[in-house]
Amino acid sequence: MAYIDNILFALLLVAGTVLFVRNVRKVRRNILLGREVNRSDNKPERWRTMIRVALGQSKMTTRPVAAIMHLFVYVGFVIINIEVVEIIIDGLFGTHRILGFLGPLYSFLIASFEILAFLVVLGCVVFLIRRNVLKLKRFMSNDLNGWPRSDANYILIVEILLMSAFFMMNAADYRLQQLSFDHYTVMPESAFPISSLLAGLYGNASPDALVMAERFCWWFHIIGILAFLNYLPYSKHFHILLAFPNTFFSNLRAKGAFTNPENVMVEVKAILDPSFTPPPPPETPMRFGAKDVQDLNWKQLLDAYTCTECGRCTSACPANNTGKLLSPRKIMMDTRDRLTEVGENIDKNKGVFTDDGKSLLGDYITAEELWACTSCNACVQECPVNIDPLSIIIDLRRYLVMEQSAAPNELNMMFTNIENNGAPWQFSPADRLNWATEA
Amino acid sequence: MADFAARGETPEILFWVGCAGSFDDRARKITKAIVRILNHVGMKFAVLGTEESCTGDPAKRAGNEFLFQMQAMNNITVLNGYGVTKIVTGCPHCFNTIKNEYPELGGSYEVIHHTQLVQQLIDSGKLKVEGGEFKGKKITFHDPCYLGRANGEYEAPRRVIEKLDAALSEMKRSRANGFCCGAGGAQMFKEAEKGNKEVNVERSEEALELQPDVIAVGCPFCMTMMTDGVKHFNKEDNTKVLDVAELIVQANDL
Repeated sequence: MAYIDNILFALLLVAGTVLFVRNVRKVRRNILLGREVNRSDNKPERWRTMIRVALGQSKMTTRPVAAIMHLFVYVGFVIINIEVVEIIIDGLFGTHRILGFLGPLYSFLIASFEILAFLVVLGCVVFLIRRNVLKLKRFMSNDLNGWPRSDANYILIVEILLMSAFFMMNAADYRLQQLSFDHYTVMPESAFPISSLLAGLYGNASPDALVMAERFCWWFHIIGILAFLNYLPYSKHFHILLAFPNTFFSNLRAKGAFTNPENVMVEVKAILDPSFTPPPPPETPMRFGAKDVQDLNWKQLLDAYTCTECGRCTSACPANNTGKLLSPRKIMMDTRDRLTEVGENIDKNKGVFTDDGKSLLGDYITAEELWACTSCNACVQECPVNIDPLSIIIDLRRYLVMEQSAAPNELNMMFTNIENNGAPWQFSPADRLNWATEA
Repeated sequence: MADFAARGETPEILFWVGCAGSFDDRARKITKAIVRILNHVGMKFAVLGTEESCTGDPAKRAGNEFLFQMQAMNNITVLNGYGVTKIVTGCPHCFNTIKNEYPELGGSYEVIHHTQLVQQLIDSGKLKVEGGEFKGKKITFHDPCYLGRANGEYEAPRRVIEKLDAALSEMKRSRANGFCCGAGGAQMFKEAEKGNKEVNVERSEEALELQPDVIAVGCPFCMTMMTDGVKHFNKEDNTKVLDVAELIVQANDL
């Protein structure tokens, strides 16, 4: 019976990890449903972009309050997780504060963790206030109705609970140390800058009760972390991991450079270039543009899973700012929702997608949203993790125009003008140089 | 360009006028301002004239990739036929398209926007600029999306304006955070989708808050949108909308 804790812990750890790996593999499979795109060139620049944008959070700085609070939560979250290493060793071997032998360094680490944890709580509280009391516009928009808004609050509350458990664990430990109880070796008070202040909350609790409290918080903390880990793939919070690959695979070209789809190039060359020999047609002809998530490329799908729904894109969007239906954030959320649905479809149908009569275009994103875009790149510029909603908008437009001929009438007239007289307006090409003879 | 070729000469640069610069009444004035600057510094330049055709930008942004690539490949055939190596455009959309989207289709050139050319001419001492009527006037610059965010050029137009000894005043949203005029993405050629405000009204309002003497632009479409926006607020007597090239020409009587 002595080892029951250790066995239980090991089982939980393995179960939590296995489940997480399974979910991540599923997400990876979904992302790879996308079309091929080469994002492995220029590795040094890719590493630099990742270090600058994801690790260094360079694009967060445009909004200073959010940037500082986010930095607290981010640094706190990353560094406090060093503590998890100790928790795992302690859990597996039944030790208590195994790294305690580090002495003053250990006390310093615990003290740093406590201060960081305090900053994490502060950040989360400020974030909750911004969302629920100040009701910042970008958190109030219809995009977030229902689950997404709750998701955001759950994440913040869970983080506060995890940090609270960490504090209360240390507070009980500190109290037990003061009582010189059992194996609770005395550490200096300075190791517990926050929890020593909270120790009073335990009143005159008996050592047994304190041990219970300490153990409860310890288990709560580690089970909480494992549960949170497995919540990630279902949540917008997945950005804490995906921000890194997503920035690594960023588009490194100028933002104004749109792709020249190859399947169109083949057709156009076949018309214009007599010496061009078209390659053999693929077995299943590739759609022009995108109707559903499988028509997007894998980076666009990775973008969708990386989006944490912060809404900076939408708050910068000129169409959205002037009351149009378009919201770049919704484009990303729709893409993710549809991809999740397609993934579940594949799971249900033994690994093969079975037509469900739905598609990203139409069932999730409407033509009205797409036609409101000015292609100004403000959304792309704003995104702190280099997501590109504009490329999805353009790919869906391409499908509307090239496969469905469903452009607004005025745009069809513009196309006709370009075809007939080489200008978007109805002017004769012979008049092109008239300006030169004017006064 | 055909004349140069007939004489067996090569111009220093090809001026890609663009559809707006060729046909739009207001934008034609920008075209002429750019030409005055080129003539003033004695730069040997050519235009394609009737051989120029839409770059395909509006078709591409609207999703008509076929039409875009047809336009692009035809233009590339013309440009390569003349052995063009360097192009200046009067429009950020032409600039972006030729610079970034033509190379994959076989057309690689050195492409600059006219504000970049003016800045280079000033920097190299070929163009001497004084403030003239704009000295001490309040000027705000509206970043064209396809010059700014799309291609990272925020400084050239500003450095040119600063040469006018004018008070360059920035809008709340400028440079990378610049707010679109509402014309991009082929919106120029269609009615806006349903909303509660026109994009150009929103942007002009922001510019007019500064009470500028001039809203400077670098794009013929921004010119249309901002001019309409200023008119919307009946401020056309107080605030002029001028292209950066026009500022230079007017200030220095070129």
